[in-house]
Amino acid sequence: MSEETLPSERDAHAGELAENPFADPGLPPHQPRRQDIDEKAARSSERTVALLFTLSMLATVAFIASYVIFPVDQNVYIWPIGWISALNFSLGMTLGVALFAIGAGAVHWARTLMSDVEMPAERHPIEAEPEVKAQVLADFGDGARESQLGRRKLIRNTMFGALALVPLSGVVLLRDLGPLPEDKLRHTLWAKGKLLINQNTNKPLRPEDVQIGSLTFAVPEGLEQEQEDYQEQIAKAALMIVRIAPENIKDKQAREWAHQGILAYSKICTHVGCPISLYEQQTHHVLCPCHQSTFDLSDGARVIFGPAGHALPQLRISVNDEGYLEALGDFAEPVGPSFWERG
Amino acid sequence: MKKLSARRRHPLAALVVLLLALAATGGLYAALAPQKAVADDTQQSLAIEEGKKLFAVGCSSCHGMSGQGSSDGPSLVGVGSAAVDFQVGTGRMPAQQPGAQVPQKKVAYTQAEIDQLAAYIASLGPGPVTPSKEQTATTDASVARGGELFRTNCASCHNYQGKGGALTNGKYAPDLTGVSAKHMYEAMLTGPQNMPSFPDSTLTEDNKRDIIAYLQEVNSDDSVSPGGFSLGSLGPVTEGLFGWIFGLGALIFVAIWVAAHTTKAKKS
Repeated sequence: MSEETLPSERDAHAGELAENPFADPGLPPHQPRRQDIDEKAARSSERTVALLFTLSMLATVAFIASYVIFPVDQNVYIWPIGWISALNFSLGMTLGVALFAIGAGAVHWARTLMSDVEMPAERHPIEAEPEVKAQVLADFGDGARESQLGRRKLIRNTMFGALALVPLSGVVLLRDLGPLPEDKLRHTLWAKGKLLINQNTNKPLRPEDVQIGSLTFAVPEGLEQEQEDYQEQIAKAALMIVRIAPENIKDKQAREWAHQGILAYSKICTHVGCPISLYEQQTHHVLCPCHQSTFDLSDGARVIFGPAGHALPQLRISVNDEGYLEALGDFAEPVGPSFWERG
Repeated sequence: MKKLSARRRHPLAALVVLLLALAATGGLYAALAPQKAVADDTQQSLAIEEGKKLFAVGCSSCHGMSGQGSSDGPSLVGVGSAAVDFQVGTGRMPAQQPGAQVPQKKVAYTQAEIDQLAAYIASLGPGPVTPSKEQTATTDASVARGGELFRTNCASCHNYQGKGGALTNGKYAPDLTGVSAKHMYEAMLTGPQNMPSFPDSTLTEDNKRDIIAYLQEVNSDDSVSPGGFSLGSLGPVTEGLFGWIFGLGALIFVAIWVAAHTTKAKKS
């Protein structure tokens, strides 16, 4: 608290009005630090900073050493974390110490040894002086006249044309960002006669395998994990299979496209394409974990909550001569999120 | 012997041999096979009888006097002994009150009583059977394959490490930490409450054992967490929260601490 605001001081000047109550009080007098006066303290600070920087160097060496020493799969018990990878722990610890020691050393150096004398820097307008502005404008006018830009319109116009066209080469190169999607978004691997392969057992599904209340995931026949485009294909073709007693399926088309109550729906949410399989077997609701879109599988996978734009596409299935479930074609509409030309 | 041999062509010899053979077969049969079967049958029917009595007292108000179901509880015909062992063995049944989901609580019956109840319900109609010790043993199971299967089939609701998660309208997928292998197996087999079932026809017994082995591997007391603090294994939400509150908090604290200490020789 400044002394002038104390009651005794205030009362002493009661009734007098200061000449300029808002005058700039200026900077307080500079106070030296102990290191500024005492050379011994300064040397001690220097040693502390050097020690911190040396610690950082040692930690970096330890980082490299732990990278070499610890195998990836070695685990150690460290209280209070528990069992942890020795490599992860030592790399994180040593890098943390190395970085922290550099920061702490720099802060200590700046606070105790670097000059801390207050230096005011006055603000000034950023606008140029009027004479300078006039000179620049005059120089520009001279240049325009001497280049005959205004007089020779043919040169001016072709130059503008050349400058406008040059960036086009850059735009054309953007085409190399990738092949055009063409109709990839509209088609999946499903086709007429493709068997439904159980993702757990890699065997084709029979209708009697799928019980009421159960949940099964299927992939199209012929899709192998080793395939180069496996991820791309499974991202569109992933299928979730549930069975609901036919009399409980409200949507007529869904009942017809099912086989004895076995419904095959796309597993890809129609909002932003999250894999969706939080199935509640009593309510027949499927919940998307990303944005809580909820679909009613007993009513044609209608959206009953959340941001999804349309129902989950249903795959039309039947049973082939050998008693296996098979697709009767591709999905009737594009799977997954909406896109501009989806219609 | 000579005497016996001499009479072997006597007119009554065939009759005597036949009588002896019949007596031997009947005696052996009476001595060995049927007795055990009778004992088993009696034990089974006794269990059913006891289970029926327990059922009448503890369960019939909701599930009906003969398990046919009512407006307050589903029919138990054909749910099998596995469903009973899971629901009663984890304390979910008998239910305390109606609601979005019946929670796990203190088990009300002894295992012997649960077995009797299960025997009674199993007698109402064929259904999934309580798995044996061998069926849930994970000694030969593959943890890696189990992890893959868990992430495909279960992780969407139960979280990638079985820590559970929220569903719609107050329902939830419970935390699987500390759940016994038998109960996990039964849950997959029967699909309790809103959980879909994963019958042996779509998720084989081996698959189920692999999944159990994976959960035991990641959720036991000496599970390894290579990345350090697991923070409840809940994923980016807790990790972000921890980083923002404790990581950033520590930095702010250090900055304030540094600025609060003057380096001036004359402390004011």
